[in-house]
Amino acid sequence: MELVCPAGSLPALKAAVDNGANAVYLGFRDATNARNFAGLNFGMDEIRTGIRHARAAGAKVFIALNTYPREAQWSQWTAAADRAANLGVDAVIVADMGLLRYCARHHPHLRRHLSVQASATSHEAIGFYAREFGVQRVVLPRVLSLQQVRQVIAHSPVEVEVFGFGSLCIMVEGRCFLSSYVTGESPNTCGVCSPAKAVRWEEAAGTRRSRLNGVLIDVYAPGEPAGYPTLCKGRFDVAGEISYALEEPTSLNVLAILPELLRAGVAAVKVEGRQRSPAYVAQVTRVLRAALDTCQRDPDRYAPRAEWIAQLDKLAEGRQHTLGALDRAWQ
Amino acid sequence: MSMKLSLGPILYYWERERVLDFYAQAAGWPVDIVYLGEAVCSKRRALRPDDWLEIAGSLAHAGKEVVLSTLALIEAESELGALRRAVTNGRFPVEANDTAALNMLSAAGGTRFVAGPYLNVYNGETLKLLHELGAGRWVLPAELSRDMLAALQARRPHGMETEVQVFGRLPLALSARCFTARAHHLPKDECEFRCRDYPDGLPLATREGQRFLTINGIQTQSGSASCLVAELPELRAIGVDVLRLSPQAHGMHDIVQVFREALDGRLAPAAAEARLAEHMPDGACNGYWRGEPGMDWQPHVS
Repeated sequence: MELVCPAGSLPALKAAVDNGANAVYLGFRDATNARNFAGLNFGMDEIRTGIRHARAAGAKVFIALNTYPREAQWSQWTAAADRAANLGVDAVIVADMGLLRYCARHHPHLRRHLSVQASATSHEAIGFYAREFGVQRVVLPRVLSLQQVRQVIAHSPVEVEVFGFGSLCIMVEGRCFLSSYVTGESPNTCGVCSPAKAVRWEEAAGTRRSRLNGVLIDVYAPGEPAGYPTLCKGRFDVAGEISYALEEPTSLNVLAILPELLRAGVAAVKVEGRQRSPAYVAQVTRVLRAALDTCQRDPDRYAPRAEWIAQLDKLAEGRQHTLGALDRAWQ
Repeated sequence: MSMKLSLGPILYYWERERVLDFYAQAAGWPVDIVYLGEAVCSKRRALRPDDWLEIAGSLAHAGKEVVLSTLALIEAESELGALRRAVTNGRFPVEANDTAALNMLSAAGGTRFVAGPYLNVYNGETLKLLHELGAGRWVLPAELSRDMLAALQARRPHGMETEVQVFGRLPLALSARCFTARAHHLPKDECEFRCRDYPDGLPLATREGQRFLTINGIQTQSGSASCLVAELPELRAIGVDVLRLSPQAHGMHDIVQVFREALDGRLAPAAAEARLAEHMPDGACNGYWRGEPGMDWQPHVS
């Protein structure tokens, strides 16, 4: 099982590679990838340096071109695909059907991974992308139970990658317009969710309020830790009850079920978080490397160590973790 | 060519009698196309596949074009089975809302279908590809703007129709989790079909009382209803062929009537908007059309 880690910057790439990532994924500094944040991502020289660093350690480099090219900007995405091919990266991670076809036709030897943003949740969907565009790996959306993941892999014609740790999208990736409904910008079009420029914090009488383009996402009592106002993780009023109506701030963590994922035939485990610091990437990569090594040595006797969980929880959103949809009860 | 009116699939879980009654009435409404079937949650089985086919037959008999909508999020093997049966029904075309449906349709070999609003179509290359697979019509995804649509129309393959939702709450997101069950502190597997109690979805408000979103099982919709009745001239100028009205529990007959009169030039945009206001108790939105936040609303200025 390959460990695929996020690289939002060259220092983060080095942190991932030096702590045991088998592959890193990164994006260009524009809307062609789903972490289009200020101060993040790579220029061409940085990518070349990053590729040299990764290759020297035997790690692969993937480039995420995982947003949906709008017709008017189409050539920006195809140019990005051309650049990725010229750089000689190990794979591109693509979501859009049109761009997949472009890559298959113009760069047939460049490996194509289907991004989670393409929302392929069944072996029939995977079969479509494999046949039409020759994708060689699919990243599964975080909506399937463990049993369903097993089913998909059993019938999938290509490798399957699953998310192992990081912020949890609770909606089917690539099919969530909540961010653009509120702010005008979505992951699909602009590579952002709940963008920072739309966030406002208000403080009054010790209470903090977070707003996204004016919409009240959460209210924090004095002393209560406040999180980033991702709009699906706010507290809202449903039938008079104030609660995390969609999801609470929490991170996905699959350490508890690594042997099951291994036996199911998962080809790679992915860590979310290109927006995170190099220190974060280093710590998460180190823990997951240790866990994967332990699990692969002897899956029958594997159990996650308490210190791994503690270390990851310290880094997790809301300092807590979940199996998300992998655990049927969560659904 | 005058634009056609369609009724989108009922996205809520209505009682069987309510569904039958709705379509019995719709048979006499001035709509051209009716989309039928369950697109949100496979656990909703108040109507069986044969029931839907029977309704489809009656509507076709009444002169409507009938399309069978299919599930937007597919997770289980049983759902693939149901999808396969819909795709191969042999009588009515389907609306494909997931790539799994595309796979089955292309295996079935060139069957004409509708590329539904849950497929991500953002560029002409994707549109062309869908057309090659057999799509005779495509539905604009909710978040696309007028300008993005205009750019796509310029690349639209010959003979492919374009459909835009012009009324009703917008489908914004899908999840593995059932938020209606969650609101009732129930796991999805024991949901007790609580969504049956919310024929217009379950309102979600901010802590300041702003009507923000609508919970519909695993689907999250806009809080307010999208309303593009004042944009009919623009929709026509851009070459849109079909206008979709997404069903809600009340007022559909009048809503259809308003759009029909507006289309026929018997009702001015401002007057049409005013008449629809009473059918939008939670407000209106039209921001997406103008390339702004989807929740925004700008009334028609005459």
